[in-house]
Amino acid sequence: MSKTILSVDDSASIRQMVSMTLKKAGYDVIEAVDGMDGLAKTKGREIHMIITDLNMPKMDGITLIQKVRTDPKLKFIPIIMLTTESQAEKKQQGKSAGATGWIVKPFKPDQLLGVVKKVLR
Amino acid sequence: MSNDELDAARGVFLEETGELLEQLEESLLALEENPDDQDLVGSVFRALHTIKGSGAMFGFDRISTFTHEVETAFELIRSGVLQVNRKIIDLTLGSRDIIREMLDDPDAEDTSIDMRAQAITDQLLTYTRANDDERVSPQEETIMDVSGGALATWRIRFKPPEDLFTTGTDPGHLLDDLRELGDCTIAVVTEDIPTLSELDPERLFLTWEILLTTDKGKDSIEDVFIFVSDHATIRIDLVEQYQEDVGAEDIIERVHRLGEILVSRGDLDEEQILFALKEQKKLGEILLEKGMLSETKIDLAIQEQEHLKKTEQKLQSKRKTTTEASIRVTSSKLDNLVNLVGELVTVQARLSQEANTRNDTQLLFLAEEVERLSNELRDNTMNIRMVPIGTTFGKFRRLVRDLSAELGREVNLVTRGGDTELDKTVIEKLDDPLVHLIRNSLDHGIEPPSVRQAAGKPPLGELIMEAEHSGAYVIIRIKDDGNGIDREKIRKRAIERNLMDEGDVLSDSELYSFIFSPGFSTAQVVSSVSGRGVGMDVVRTNIESLRGSVDVESQEGEGTTVTLKIPLTLAIIEGLLSRVGNESYIIPLANVEECVELEEKAKEGSKDRNLVNLRGELVPYVYLRDHFQVRSSPPEVEQIIITCLDGRRTGFVVDEVVGQHQTVIKNLGYLYRDIREISGATILGDGTLALIIDVSNLISDVRGSKYN
Repeated sequence: MSKTILSVDDSASIRQMVSMTLKKAGYDVIEAVDGMDGLAKTKGREIHMIITDLNMPKMDGITLIQKVRTDPKLKFIPIIMLTTESQAEKKQQGKSAGATGWIVKPFKPDQLLGVVKKVLR
Repeated sequence: MSNDELDAARGVFLEETGELLEQLEESLLALEENPDDQDLVGSVFRALHTIKGSGAMFGFDRISTFTHEVETAFELIRSGVLQVNRKIIDLTLGSRDIIREMLDDPDAEDTSIDMRAQAITDQLLTYTRANDDERVSPQEETIMDVSGGALATWRIRFKPPEDLFTTGTDPGHLLDDLRELGDCTIAVVTEDIPTLSELDPERLFLTWEILLTTDKGKDSIEDVFIFVSDHATIRIDLVEQYQEDVGAEDIIERVHRLGEILVSRGDLDEEQILFALKEQKKLGEILLEKGMLSETKIDLAIQEQEHLKKTEQKLQSKRKTTTEASIRVTSSKLDNLVNLVGELVTVQARLSQEANTRNDTQLLFLAEEVERLSNELRDNTMNIRMVPIGTTFGKFRRLVRDLSAELGREVNLVTRGGDTELDKTVIEKLDDPLVHLIRNSLDHGIEPPSVRQAAGKPPLGELIMEAEHSGAYVIIRIKDDGNGIDREKIRKRAIERNLMDEGDVLSDSELYSFIFSPGFSTAQVVSSVSGRGVGMDVVRTNIESLRGSVDVESQEGEGTTVTLKIPLTLAIIEGLLSRVGNESYIIPLANVEECVELEEKAKEGSKDRNLVNLRGELVPYVYLRDHFQVRSSPPEVEQIIITCLDGRRTGFVVDEVVGQHQTVIKNLGYLYRDIREISGATILGDGTLALIIDVSNLISDVRGSKYN
């Protein structure tokens, strides 16, 4: 059975890139436009991994991670955050909130796939 | 992603960025009204941030780079370092318009956009640069150093946080990653697992200990743990490093005793090991019996012992073939060493002299011993600086190939004795002279194929470069099988240039030496390669600056051989020590042929002509006492040191020839740089100075002054 990855990002282009890269590698991808949308889309289906941006309107990535970690069903799934090089502090906050790792933007499709494979085997 | 998919994603990016720019404008205008509204600042920042990030990802580098600068300003505003003001709003609005233009025509080569972008960036920098120190340079974080190099065994202790599972990390994946790096021995420490009643299945109580042999370096190991390094306890220790060029026999000598390993692991100290070893049993058993260590810890140490043994066995079998060891040292360190050895040789000479004067057997014995050691040290040190000339020869293959194509020659370059070693500084200075000589051979020497065939020679010419040792010298020969040197041409040209008279009868070597005079060329046509007459005199000057000599032999129609005689090293020479009055002079032994006595009557017979009859040959001499204006009266019998340079003999008259002397050359220093006749100085055993005579310059100066 293929694994399902939730991609949360307010940028449509990044969502599209993440989605295409992962679908091509055989994963199922569900897209969400911000933290609030992302949290809603975790309900009622099995999610194996989340890739989320940090800077988003309505609900940011950190809050999303915190909320996801309280859900017993999602407590142990890998969560990867998309950060930029200048956000060392944000990365720390994300880690404390329970993120598994991070990818620094801009990234190439292979880099994304590399990290996904690293945490989701 | 395929190209189609990438194009689709780019399409989405263009559309999305268009929307973001609209939103950016709105937010900026609103921000101007309410400069303290943090939501608006956040919205502007997010828009810029997304444009930058996606821009870079979809190949809009120009947009990304430019937006980065603007984003930086808003990051500072967001964190309260910078205040929103009208100027910043203006600049950001201007940036927005530029991004729009870049977006509409991404591939345009319109430099005016770049110029306007630069103008805005410059102005923004005046706001952001003030806070530059606080910002982390973006590269620093993204570049991960994965450079490794030498093979090494690492001990990795990995104790994850108990809540590792709640960050979605599977420790098994990390171990898999380590296995990919190299040979792994993995042990699990289960000591910390609580009793079943207290066991929380969602928490992790294991510790791993991994022995990893890899050439990827510590950074690669740290990269494996990059996502967990903040919360886990990770210790990476170097256990053993295996040198690249070590021979198999060096590896075999390393025996890893359990005791040593336990001490290196920090489990026990040496005293405890010695105490336990008194029992004369296996260390592991004793320690266990005495309860000094837990079984787990002993097992881990034994495992480490085995891992190391296995690795070394593997390496041994692999490296039995490669043995030559080498080490890289900066040349300045070597220069320093050579200088120090020079000083030592000087001091040793003084010591020997002192021992001789005191006639103390004990001291004499010591002085001899020091002399033997310092000579050995000197030879070894000089040897370190030696490099084979083969690489220099190799460089000329290309030159020969290109030149022969240009000149319409067919030439086969043969090199011999490439493993002949020479001082590195000497080799570097040989490049230019060799280039000139090769050019000459190809241009004047080796004929075009048709001419060669007409003369009954094989069309393919041969150019031989060879090197060989000869005492303290290296002889380098450049041989060609070309046309040889046309004596008549040289004769004519020499007469034209007033270098000789029409009636003079000159030997071949005297005639050939005219080639080395400045501005001398017999080529009818000046080509780009040679014929300007600047080449050969440069060759001679260069070689002589190395205290070497040049010699030309030629057979008309059969070829020319140029022989360079180069001293092995520049730092120490063998010299002939001589005295004039109270002054000491050293003449490089390389130039000396013989020493004869100058009898009073021989001098009288050749009054003012300074010629001595040496077995029938009249040899001119330089009277050093007069030349250096030494004020003292000459002894009854004087000595002439006969030197030979370019086949011409010249004598130097001195009071006394003291003998051969190991001469450590000291520079005279900047102030005396214009003195041509003295190439340096050396300190003698008694602490006095001796000047080293530059034979060739002195002769040419004397000759010049006689002609004038």
